[in-house]
Amino acid sequence: MTTTLAAGPRGAAAPPSSPPPTRRRARRRELTAQWLFLVPAIAYVLIFFGYPIVKNLVMGFQDYSVRTFVTGEAPWVGLANYAEVVSSGIFRTTVVNTALFTLGSIAGQFVIGLLFALFFKRRFPLNNVLRSLLLLPWLLPMIAGSAVWRWILDQDGGILNETLQGIGLIDDPIRWLTSPDIALVAVILVNVWVGIPFNMTLLYSGLQNIPDELYEAGALDGATGWKAFWYITWPNLRSVVNVVLVLGVIYTLKVLDIILGLTGGGPANATQTLATDSYRRSFQEFSFGTGAAVSNVLIVVSLVFAVVYLRANRRAEEE
Amino acid sequence: MSPTTTPRTLLSTALGIALLAFMLFPVYWMVNVSLQGGSTAASSTFFPTDITLDGYRTAIQDQTGNLLTSIVVALGAVVVSLAVATPAAYALSRFRLRGMGIFLFALLLAQMIPGIVIANSLYTLFNDLGLLNSYPGLILANATHGIPFAILIMSAFMRSIPPALTEAARVDGASHFRAFWSIIVPVSKNSLITAGLFCFLFAWSDFMFGLTLTTGADIKPVTLGIYDYLQGNVQSWGPVMATAVLSSVPAIVLLVLAQRYIAAGAMGGAVK
Repeated sequence: MTTTLAAGPRGAAAPPSSPPPTRRRARRRELTAQWLFLVPAIAYVLIFFGYPIVKNLVMGFQDYSVRTFVTGEAPWVGLANYAEVVSSGIFRTTVVNTALFTLGSIAGQFVIGLLFALFFKRRFPLNNVLRSLLLLPWLLPMIAGSAVWRWILDQDGGILNETLQGIGLIDDPIRWLTSPDIALVAVILVNVWVGIPFNMTLLYSGLQNIPDELYEAGALDGATGWKAFWYITWPNLRSVVNVVLVLGVIYTLKVLDIILGLTGGGPANATQTLATDSYRRSFQEFSFGTGAAVSNVLIVVSLVFAVVYLRANRRAEEE
Repeated sequence: MSPTTTPRTLLSTALGIALLAFMLFPVYWMVNVSLQGGSTAASSTFFPTDITLDGYRTAIQDQTGNLLTSIVVALGAVVVSLAVATPAAYALSRFRLRGMGIFLFALLLAQMIPGIVIANSLYTLFNDLGLLNSYPGLILANATHGIPFAILIMSAFMRSIPPALTEAARVDGASHFRAFWSIIVPVSKNSLITAGLFCFLFAWSDFMFGLTLTTGADIKPVTLGIYDYLQGNVQSWGPVMATAVLSSVPAIVLLVLAQRYIAAGAMGGAVK
């Protein structure tokens, strides 16, 4: 923090034509006054975002366990935590699950969100009201959503199986949340439900920014319907699409409540992701060292996508 | 300018209502089951024919303390977030200071850090500081959900305020703080409300910090109350759904009463 703060006064220390001392002092006072507005925020970001990242990186190299909380000692173990994590059978599973969960969620959210956005581009009565009520799944506490979905997807009494059986689509109840083969699909389904409103909203605002004249001109050239979408809508929406997709990935990588609420990572780790595994190691096994190692992997993946996002966002702004 | 009503647009409205009904079915189901009280793990009926408030009675008995905790924590997070974010947003929108670009970049990145990373480290920090199982601890941690978002959305708004507005006051000898407090803050009221609403909803919906930074039953947000129900084999869904409904009330109320603020925030969330 001190270095950042010092940058202000130092920047003013050597003005092009050195003014008289009083003016220089006034200038310094001015800069200090300006920086004071930022001090609380900088301090907060350093403590609650900067410190955790550094601490997490360090913990990844330490044997940080229950004993640490008693003795205060966290011996340096080099790469042992990473070795333990990577060689554990569960690591492969969590990486594959994280990839499938992310890809599946994004694909579902995006396609349905885009269809909804295109639909709401039409002008019809109640359009605005319906569109904002659609935000509800996104605004509810995710754990409340998980709770109701847990009951909807319940194997024996859940309404989904009852309905599917009632209309004769299936004979035996599907074990949505208890079968290792299906649980991940069910969790993705719920995450898609949560994510549709967000995708729809951003894509809708992107669609609104495409000038009507483009469609009018296109219509003269015979570009209507599918052609209009392919040659006018999609190219003009590309930058927003990039932003939506990358943000979707970043938000999906973080997801914890939905999985813990629905399956707790089970059955047999079928829905365990990097995020839930990091939680499990740190807070259920109190092995903070390996928990930090797993979440450091998560940081790296998120940061890669964050950089992609910032570039996509800049392109979106330039256009 | 409301769109003309023709059979075609009415058909679209009907389709829109159908989509909404499909998407909000889980919310309906939550309310429906919450009104079927003690119905054991046997299936729930499609409509609450025998309305009973037993579920709510149990939920209120179990969760009143947790609901109050959630309210205190969420309101506290709003106060902390706005107190930290509003001046920073003003500075970012008005001043040209060295290093501000880096700070802005840090804010964008901060929004993307997985919560579990923060929780991992805060647990050990809070353990040393004695902030585990405390209101200040939860409030400070929950402000992480809202502060970067609040700064970005408010500074985007403040950039649209004509500089002449504050310059006049500055010429008259008002300090930066005065100009900020008596001109910028009132003019930016709407963006403060939007930011505050979202800070409230983020903190209210928080699960991560409640899960990791509280260990006892004394201070526990209602999201964790729901999670506790889900831990075991649920015998009776009435109270669980009643709690879920109670925890959803702020989102529903705000969506209906503060629609335009919510819409503004939802748009501003990513496309700045």
